[in-house]
Amino acid sequence: MKVFRIIGRSIRDSFKSVFRNFSLSMASVICTTITLVLVAIAIVLTVNVNHITKTMEEELTIVVYAKKGTKEDQVNELEKKIKEIKGIKEVVYKSKEEWKLEMKEYSDTLEVTLDYLDNNPLLDSFIVKVNDVEDLSPIAKQIKKFDGVESANYGEGMVEDIIGVFNVIKTATLVVVVALVLVTAFLISNTIKLTIFSRRNEIEIMRLVGSSNISIKLPFIIEGFLLGIVGSLIPIILTVYGYIIAYEKLGGKVSFGVIEFVKPMPFILYTALILVAIGSIVGMIGSSRAVRKYLKI
Amino acid sequence: MRFIQIKNCYKVYKNGVTAIADLTLNVDKGEFVFVIGASGCGKSTLIKMLYREEKPTKGEVLIGGISVGKLRNRTVYKLRRKLGIVFQDFKLLPKLTVYENVAFALECIGMKSKDIRPKVLKALEHVGLKDKTRSFPSELSGGEQQRVCIARAIVNEPKLLICDEPTGNLDPKTSKEIMTVLDTINKDLGTTIVMATHDSEIVNRMKKRVIVLDNGVLVEDHMKGSFKISESV
Ligand SMILES: Nc1ncnc2c1ncn2[C@@H]1O[C@H](COP(=O)(O)OP(=O)(O)O)[C@@H](O)[C@H]1O
Ligand SMILES: [Mg+2]
Repeated sequence: MKVFRIIGRSIRDSFKSVFRNFSLSMASVICTTITLVLVAIAIVLTVNVNHITKTMEEELTIVVYAKKGTKEDQVNELEKKIKEIKGIKEVVYKSKEEWKLEMKEYSDTLEVTLDYLDNNPLLDSFIVKVNDVEDLSPIAKQIKKFDGVESANYGEGMVEDIIGVFNVIKTATLVVVVALVLVTAFLISNTIKLTIFSRRNEIEIMRLVGSSNISIKLPFIIEGFLLGIVGSLIPIILTVYGYIIAYEKLGGKVSFGVIEFVKPMPFILYTALILVAIGSIVGMIGSSRAVRKYLKI
Repeated sequence: MRFIQIKNCYKVYKNGVTAIADLTLNVDKGEFVFVIGASGCGKSTLIKMLYREEKPTKGEVLIGGISVGKLRNRTVYKLRRKLGIVFQDFKLLPKLTVYENVAFALECIGMKSKDIRPKVLKALEHVGLKDKTRSFPSELSGGEQQRVCIARAIVNEPKLLICDEPTGNLDPKTSKEIMTVLDTINKDLGTTIVMATHDSEIVNRMKKRVIVLDNGVLVEDHMKGSFKISESV
């Protein structure tokens, strides 16, 4: 088939010119590699941060303490009122006795102290979970106003701070990645420009003897594509092995509690696909730009 | 229908130079036509309009009934496949052998290498270079290089062969050989040839149709014409 012969020729030509302009090809490949390593880091960070904030959000609770000396029916009344609030997921009652037991288990000093006291100095409480973390603060405020409520706290500030820091990191990586993608496309475009220049006699003859435009352009597009693919190899190997090893070393968990990473499979495969896709697309965008600009046909 | 029809054609370049003015001209199949005139009179411009490197500013250029100027950029290649073009500077690829240079034209249009071989050998035979297939352009004389170009131009059996000063870089003896090759192609293959030149000796000896341009205007059109050497040439 004619089409296959033209494509075959294009692939052969594009391989040739990758080697002919070796240093510039290397520069493009290295730039693609650096960009994609950063893209990979960005993806791994973002996905994990999202995963972690989500699990953290699920763990977020409002602890409501009833005022000292509140009677049992008042406590029941309070529970009913809290449950009526919109957006509440779960309300669990935790009596002062339960608190006392838990604390005694927690440390020996506390056990001795609590036993020494005749009265239980602790307060009855509710552990309240909400559907949406955004509602955490307004719901806590609302509960605070109820009769018989001593306090309603949810670790204000800390959560927002963590999410805020993560957002800054995310935005910064995005900016860097976009900038690098542009630089890469530009470098690849320049590489292709050089190829076009070094082959201008050949191109002139091709046009004179009646090569179709697409068969003149195709080798350059393929060359850009190749540069992108080659540039994505190292980042893929790094991310796949890097992530699997890191995940195994950390056992999927960092020692402090709820933080848990995304499992390598199939996440790492999708990431690899994204890297190849970005590499090849950036390569082709770079080469089409060069073809459009320097191959006026 | 005439093979080439040029109707009231003008070419004005972007810088305002009028290279061709109100040119009307017909060429039949199988003709051998010289386009002559002083340097800068518009010969190359006329040639370029034939292979659609330039579009006429006004008027029409028809080849085989197709208005060449109206072709879209991406369909120009279809026209080029039916033409052979030869230039003063040979435009050979230095890293390819004689055979490969000629085969290149057929590879470019996607022909099978099985079909390419006999065509290339036949074309090289026409120009008398069958024993130099493995040589590189740098190993050939100017005349031989030009013959490779002619072989490349006729390898796809075009109906029309366009030559822009093909002997411009060659000495008189070699030029004569090239003209013999072109004449044979015209006679044996029936290929129509339009050749721009300012070599009066060649024109006078060949006794073909001669079209004289002066500042873009057609001033003479002789069958079996000759060409007086004027000072400007
Ligand atoms: N691409 C161009 N842009 C502007 N002017 C041109 C261009 N090509 C040719 N000319 C002008 O058009 C005129 C005819 O040129 P050309 O056709 O090359 O003549 P010839 O081949 O007979 O020497 C000349 O005056 C030349 O300077
Ligand atoms: Mg000229």
